[in-house]
Amino acid sequence: MQTVQNERKPEIDPARASGIPSIVLSDVFKFFGDVAAVNGISLDVRQGEFLTLLGPSGCGKTTTLRMIGGFELPSAGEILIEGQVMGDRPPYRRPVNTVFQNYALFPHMTVAQNVSYGLEMSGVPKMERKQRVADALAMVRLPQVEGRKPAALSGGQQQRVALARALVNRPSVLLLDEPLGALDLKLRKAMQLELKQLNREVGATFVYVTHDQEEALTMSDRIAVMSEGRILQLGTPGEIYERPRTRFVADFIGQTNFLEVDVVAADGTAIAVDLPGSGSLHTRIPDAGQPQGRMTLAVRPEKISLRKDVPESEMPGMNELSGRLEEVVYVGTHTQYLLRLPGGQIITVQRQNRAVGESEYFVGETPTVVFSPLSAALLAD
Amino acid sequence: MTARSAGALMAETVAPAALPLRPATRKRGGPWLGIASAIVYLFLYVPLFVVVLYSFSATKVNAWPIQGYTLDWYRELMVDDDIQESARLSVTVGLIAAAVAVVLGTLAAFALDRSTFPGKPAFRFFVVMPIVLPGIVTGVAMLSFFSMLGWPLSKWTIIVGHATFCITLILNNVVARLGQLPRSLDEASADLGAPPGRTFWRVTFPLVRPAILAGAILAFTLSFDEVIVTFFLTGRDKTLPLLIWGRLRQGISPEINAAATVIIVVSLAGVLLSNRLSKQTTFGG
Repeated sequence: MQTVQNERKPEIDPARASGIPSIVLSDVFKFFGDVAAVNGISLDVRQGEFLTLLGPSGCGKTTTLRMIGGFELPSAGEILIEGQVMGDRPPYRRPVNTVFQNYALFPHMTVAQNVSYGLEMSGVPKMERKQRVADALAMVRLPQVEGRKPAALSGGQQQRVALARALVNRPSVLLLDEPLGALDLKLRKAMQLELKQLNREVGATFVYVTHDQEEALTMSDRIAVMSEGRILQLGTPGEIYERPRTRFVADFIGQTNFLEVDVVAADGTAIAVDLPGSGSLHTRIPDAGQPQGRMTLAVRPEKISLRKDVPESEMPGMNELSGRLEEVVYVGTHTQYLLRLPGGQIITVQRQNRAVGESEYFVGETPTVVFSPLSAALLAD
Repeated sequence: MTARSAGALMAETVAPAALPLRPATRKRGGPWLGIASAIVYLFLYVPLFVVVLYSFSATKVNAWPIQGYTLDWYRELMVDDDIQESARLSVTVGLIAAAVAVVLGTLAAFALDRSTFPGKPAFRFFVVMPIVLPGIVTGVAMLSFFSMLGWPLSKWTIIVGHATFCITLILNNVVARLGQLPRSLDEASADLGAPPGRTFWRVTFPLVRPAILAGAILAFTLSFDEVIVTFFLTGRDKTLPLLIWGRLRQGISPEINAAATVIIVVSLAGVLLSNRLSKQTTFGG
């Protein structure tokens, strides 16, 4: 028992001072039979970072999380936590705590017993346990339920107990497996902010798994977008949203117009492409790769504006297309306009509803569609 | 009242007001379903009721109408050494058979739920088999098995015989319960620093305990009034049901009625208690 206790959860973290990554995954694979659930992932998670693994179901995000927690062992590759090689170390000997998707609270124990469980296992004396349980429940703003059984709590309260039960152990890494999935929208939004605050307060590294792109954008310091067992792109929410590198990433996060174009000319500063039916457009330089041949042009709907008539001189360097308005969808905060381009493509434009009396557009009109080359990304696939 | 019947009641009281021309929703099956159920229940429980009633009858012969009521037959039970002895034997056999079954049945249940091994379906089939095998088959088979081994028949052979079907009860109960337990509870315990042994004693076992207890009570109840297997495997000892069976040859005496009433009460209490324990299976998390 003594050795286990020493290996777990050091209270003053030597790794943090030395600046080594909190978690390192290097070339991690996981096979279930012939299927590669995780297909070669390498990733450094920084100390205290809120990192989200984002992707559709079956993309390997949960398996990756479970390998960090020790519930699955990698088929190949290595996982380091706080500089230590995890190897085949079981979950009860890792400096990690987990908030499970269904909370996994012990139904036969009271809230206090649940929260106290980890402390008891690592041999914390009774008096200190009591204090830390009270502190943890206060931290997740859930006092006065200590004596209740989990079944007597609401979903949101159970969620908080699960958080307290994990955080009370002061883990250097907290793993969260879609913890907000079962909550209703309002509660989920509130918890998103609270989780972010908790991450700052306790200073632990948070690794968060979700398929909800909005959740990922709201909370994360960095997002790893995953598909088919691989990380497609790793970056800050801004980078992921503004500069998606592949069509999958652009499509999965937010809404995007995809247009098939042919690259006409490319130099170091700008790229000219041909949109069939509409003519020449300019785009920004892609982050990687040499643009050539047929590619996909991605433009976010909110980066496009509509103009009734545009004097040539007013907007030098902007891309301009003509389109026929086919559909107007009012969504409260904004309005979506669907236009058909001369080449038959449909392009969606989103406009914030700022003030009453703004110029309006009606179905059948042919406004000019305008967007900056900097908002247009060329994607490989 | 169940939620469903409450709902039906609401529908019946509310619907006519909303749609005055339509008759109230009729119960499915009309009056016949009720009558048929009543007949079935009478058929099942009237004989039991009669036995209980006669056990208090003041006359020595079972005769209707009952002339007067007395507790004499129960007093006689208390001083009848044969009955006392066989009752003690029945309790001993039931307790030991249930205890053996708890250990083996629980272990088997964990094996079935937690691990995969070749021949698992076959294993499950053969463990569940004794409960569906006719008692006479089990009795004959075990009798020839024990005589092949050269074991003399005694209360121990009865215990082994009873344990075979008691294991099934425990196993089924515990497997069902383990199936309801989310595996993430074990993972959560490990995640919080508990090695497998502590996880078992702190999390898994407390959650399966009601199922084990319910199975054990049911097993005891079944063993307590088992006749056929016991008949084959007993030596000179007589369990309570066997003693009653033997005495019946001299006619149904009020004392037998009293003994039967005791068995009914024990069985009923066992089944009710077991049912109650089995129902404590709600999980909040």
